[in-house]
Amino acid sequence: MTLATLSRPAPSGAWQAWRHEAAGTARKLLSNPLTAIGVAVIALLVAVALLAPWLATHDPLRQDLAAALQAPSSTHWFGTDEFGRDVYSRLVHGTRITLFIVTLVTVVVGPLGMAIGVVSGYFGGRVDLLCMRVADVFLSFPSLVLALAFVAALGPGLDHAVLAIALTAWPAIARLARAEAMTLRQADFIVAAQLQGASHLRVLWRHLAPLCLPSVLVRLTMNMASVVLTAAGLGFLGLGAQPPLPEWGSMISEGRRYMLDTWWTVAAPGAAILAVSMAFNLLGDGLNDALDPRQAS
Amino acid sequence: MTTASPLLQVRGLQVAYGTPAAPVPVVRGVSFDLGREKVAVVGESGSGKTTVGRALLQLLPRQARVTADLLQFDGIDLRTASERDMAALRGRRMSMIMQDPKYSLNPVMNIGRQIGEAVQRGQRLSRAECSARVEALLQRVHIREPARVAALYPHEVSGGMGQRVMIAMMLAQRPQLLIADEPTSALDVAVREEVLGLLDELVAEEGLALLFISHDLNLVRRFCDRVLVMYAGRVVETLAAADLAQARHPYTQGLMAALPSLRHRRAVLPVLQRDAAWSAE
Repeated sequence: MTLATLSRPAPSGAWQAWRHEAAGTARKLLSNPLTAIGVAVIALLVAVALLAPWLATHDPLRQDLAAALQAPSSTHWFGTDEFGRDVYSRLVHGTRITLFIVTLVTVVVGPLGMAIGVVSGYFGGRVDLLCMRVADVFLSFPSLVLALAFVAALGPGLDHAVLAIALTAWPAIARLARAEAMTLRQADFIVAAQLQGASHLRVLWRHLAPLCLPSVLVRLTMNMASVVLTAAGLGFLGLGAQPPLPEWGSMISEGRRYMLDTWWTVAAPGAAILAVSMAFNLLGDGLNDALDPRQAS
Repeated sequence: MTTASPLLQVRGLQVAYGTPAAPVPVVRGVSFDLGREKVAVVGESGSGKTTVGRALLQLLPRQARVTADLLQFDGIDLRTASERDMAALRGRRMSMIMQDPKYSLNPVMNIGRQIGEAVQRGQRLSRAECSARVEALLQRVHIREPARVAALYPHEVSGGMGQRVMIAMMLAQRPQLLIADEPTSALDVAVREEVLGLLDELVAEEGLALLFISHDLNLVRRFCDRVLVMYAGRVVETLAAADLAQARHPYTQGLMAALPSLRHRRAVLPVLQRDAAWSAE
């Protein structure tokens, strides 16, 4: 034990120890300026999504054909689109859709990918073979193309887009969790757990999964960036959120016909997509540095 | 349980790695009985001591192939036992103290929770009750401030402490057969004596069968009842611990001769001269 450990007051309970740890991780995260920017953008995104009705200056769905395609002004901050809807308000409400997709995909893909990966890595053999060949099939297609195929089969719509993206995103997570599980499978402490009569389920859930969590978490965060892009791509192609929903990708799609004259109908949602996907990437990078003990400075 | 048939019977235990076409034997025909006694397994590194221990619990990596003529624990044939049967046996009836506490404790679980898992097996205890049991177990292996240690993570404790935590964990379910794989190698002399005393107590009072893997011949001579001497995957000699000085096999004699002693000063310690015939016989 080092002096530092001794001089620090011993945590009185697991909860306090955890809080201590979390505070340390957070400090490490924010000390990197790029990560801090990422965190700030995502925090802004969440705040805007929560406060959308109050932040929006207009009803995002209300059309006003008389005021169509107006340039940015004091009444319409980012101008209006072809139906005279306020681009700024649509952008603000669009954060909800983006967050909805990102959260739902992550909630589905994280546990699913991790479960498949850990099981496959732990048991190995035939189970592994089966899981990984299925994963290979999914990995062998570009994710947008595969998502397109799924949505085309299921029919366009926001829920189907989420499902399609989730179906394309799990193999990467599963691969990662499998690799981690494989290196840990023969570890002595896993054998020790079995030695005490722990069942497979218990070893998987209590001993292996927590160890795979950091890398999966990083991967999921990075993945959010591509989820944002894929969702926007589907929206752009008219297979994601359906009009009149203010989804960023479909906003670009609607605006592109007038792009040469009215740059704002495309630039505003485009910039939002860029900012958000970059923010998730930066956060993922930062998390990678903060959570990986092998890179401790 | 009768004294007529010993708790554990092993006949012709073989363990091999590699492909079936080109097997690499690691354990080659080990046979012994184990009753309510302290039996030591000694031998040099790589002689298969640990592999024998793990083979009994079926905890070898899956590429290992284990065969035996007889492998019986308290009337249960371990060769045909399913994974489910083994899981029921492990921990509760047969257990193993693993060699290296640094690798045998889960790095992301604190010590209290890890021992708690063993304590809570088969019975639901309240949180307070569970931690009281954990602390009692830690106290039993002479850890001062058990409450503080229970909150620590494995990387925060010393090697000796980790080893005692490991012992506490394995004693939690009161097994009948304990395989102790060099349980005292990282302990200082005072703590070692206490841990050995504890194991001794368990053998005497609870009828624990102890398979003690070690390469400390002096310790084994003092502590154990019988000694199995292993060389290159087979038992070359079985003898009572007290008769270790009268060993007949040249390998055992060589091992004994290589022990330094305070009483008999020697200019040069003899080096063990190996004979190819020992592993071939």
